[in-house]
Amino acid sequence: MVFLNALPGAVAEGLIWGLMAIGVYISYKILDIADLSVDGSICTGMCVSAVLITAGVPAWLSIIVAFLAGAVAGMVTGLFHTALGIPSILAGILTQLILYSVNLTILGGRSLIQISARNYSLVLNMGNNPMAILAAVVVIAAVIIGLWLFFYTEIGLTLKSTGDNPDMSRAQGVDVSRNKVIGLAISNGIVALAGALLAQYKGSANINEGRGAIVVGLAAIFIGLSVSLKIKPNFVVSLIGVVGGGIVYYLIYNFVILLGLKTDFLKMLSALIVVIFLAVPYLKKQYFTKQKPLRMSPVPDEEEKGGEADA
Amino acid sequence: MLKITGLEKTFNPGTVNAKTALSGLDLVLEDGDFVTVIGGNGAGKSTLLNAIAGVWKPDYGTIELDGVDVTNMPEHKRAAFLGRVFQDPMKGTAPDMEIAENLAIASKRGIRRRFVWGVKRSDREEYKKLLATLELGLEDRLSTKVGLLSGGQRQAVTLLMATLNRPKLLLLDEHTAALDPKTAAKVLHITNKIVSENKLTTLMITHNMHDAIEYGNRLIMMHEGRVVVDVRGEEKKKLTIDMLLKLFEASSGSRFGDDKAILSK
Repeated sequence: MVFLNALPGAVAEGLIWGLMAIGVYISYKILDIADLSVDGSICTGMCVSAVLITAGVPAWLSIIVAFLAGAVAGMVTGLFHTALGIPSILAGILTQLILYSVNLTILGGRSLIQISARNYSLVLNMGNNPMAILAAVVVIAAVIIGLWLFFYTEIGLTLKSTGDNPDMSRAQGVDVSRNKVIGLAISNGIVALAGALLAQYKGSANINEGRGAIVVGLAAIFIGLSVSLKIKPNFVVSLIGVVGGGIVYYLIYNFVILLGLKTDFLKMLSALIVVIFLAVPYLKKQYFTKQKPLRMSPVPDEEEKGGEADA
Repeated sequence: MLKITGLEKTFNPGTVNAKTALSGLDLVLEDGDFVTVIGGNGAGKSTLLNAIAGVWKPDYGTIELDGVDVTNMPEHKRAAFLGRVFQDPMKGTAPDMEIAENLAIASKRGIRRRFVWGVKRSDREEYKKLLATLELGLEDRLSTKVGLLSGGQRQAVTLLMATLNRPKLLLLDEHTAALDPKTAAKVLHITNKIVSENKLTTLMITHNMHDAIEYGNRLIMMHEGRVVVDVRGEEKKKLTIDMLLKLFEASSGSRFGDDKAILSK
């Protein structure tokens, strides 16, 4: 019964995290980059939205500005990686650290800003879950349609191929570095957009919010794709699956709280979900696959995507 | 067409692993030349193709394509002039994308890409016709993910992608080496058809001397980072494997024995 009462709230928050997971999907699944800057950019989205709202800017406009702020953060990570040659994972960590200072500055040195629905007109808030769900669904639908249109354009296709096979992309005249920057900008823009929604839903922006967001995003992706890929492996279905994964994640989260797990352990739980989803396919391949019978024609290994130029 | 002067490249310079892959290579290709390239392991064949493609910058020397100095042009810009097929069938196509999407990306090689629909209905019709010419039954599988195709099919699609937008120069880096003999023969047959129908200037590395003699109008043999044998026209038509071996021994000053295992008859 308690669980049922918590259901609308879990769905609303799950949708917002699902939207964030779409951002992570773009970097992790499409570009093949584990981008840790999202932990910072989701908080940037929250801070930007909250500060703008307290300054009297319309809530919907603050969401758009949050998107742009996140996009800039993503570009910084992208340029660290492509123009300065920093490994992508480290580039993300560096941006994340930079964003902590940036976010503090945005909040004006405070660690928390309240934007209560009683004082401000918000796009969504936790006081009205049905409306919050509706608003989140509308934003998510707009994002998915936008991404669907974009990723099937001539330019969008090369973004997909950049992550799928950089060698092939370069051979076909694709500027792989530029595409990574664009992709990370879109990814972090969406993450920050989700952050803006989250701040309004919770009624506050907190400097410590967003830690481990990448892990939640990955969990949502793995949960979502484990189902959606079985239905139909196409782009839009995958994105919807990822949002669904976000909702399922939050339902599990709420359920575990109800079971009496100390909230201290929630981050560990998120991490363990990701560990399980990453480990199971590996262990299956490693220990549970029988050796194939000898083949007459040699076929090269498919394990490495890149590879050194052979001299 | 292609003019290479004094090309040099050493990998890992200054270390114990230093390896000079190209040592002052000169090569001029005429328009429409179909050149087969042979040579032992480490002769610099792949290095030559990678240098032309711009995978890295050479230490010394220049590369000119149709009068344009491309020595310092980045790989993705140079791609406008080049069609490439790699030895590894996994390297030339995006496995998680549809055949049609792969072809669509290739169709815009060297052309400014825009925010317009990537695969239009009219494109699909065109791709269907092109795929039909491969005679592999791929024309009905436009929406299939390339990763589901066999190595031979992927190489054939890569060939199509490399030539969809007529390249000034086609670079084939032992593109049949990873295939079984029957598939290799088929892919080679398709290659020859595409090259001769479009009169493409082509550099094809092969480890198979028989193929090197059979295909193309010109044959070069590399040794220690240089071209040591260059046979063309009528002279090439009369070439036999034994003659080739003698030519190699005479020009490189070394016995062929070491390389016999690598160059198969």
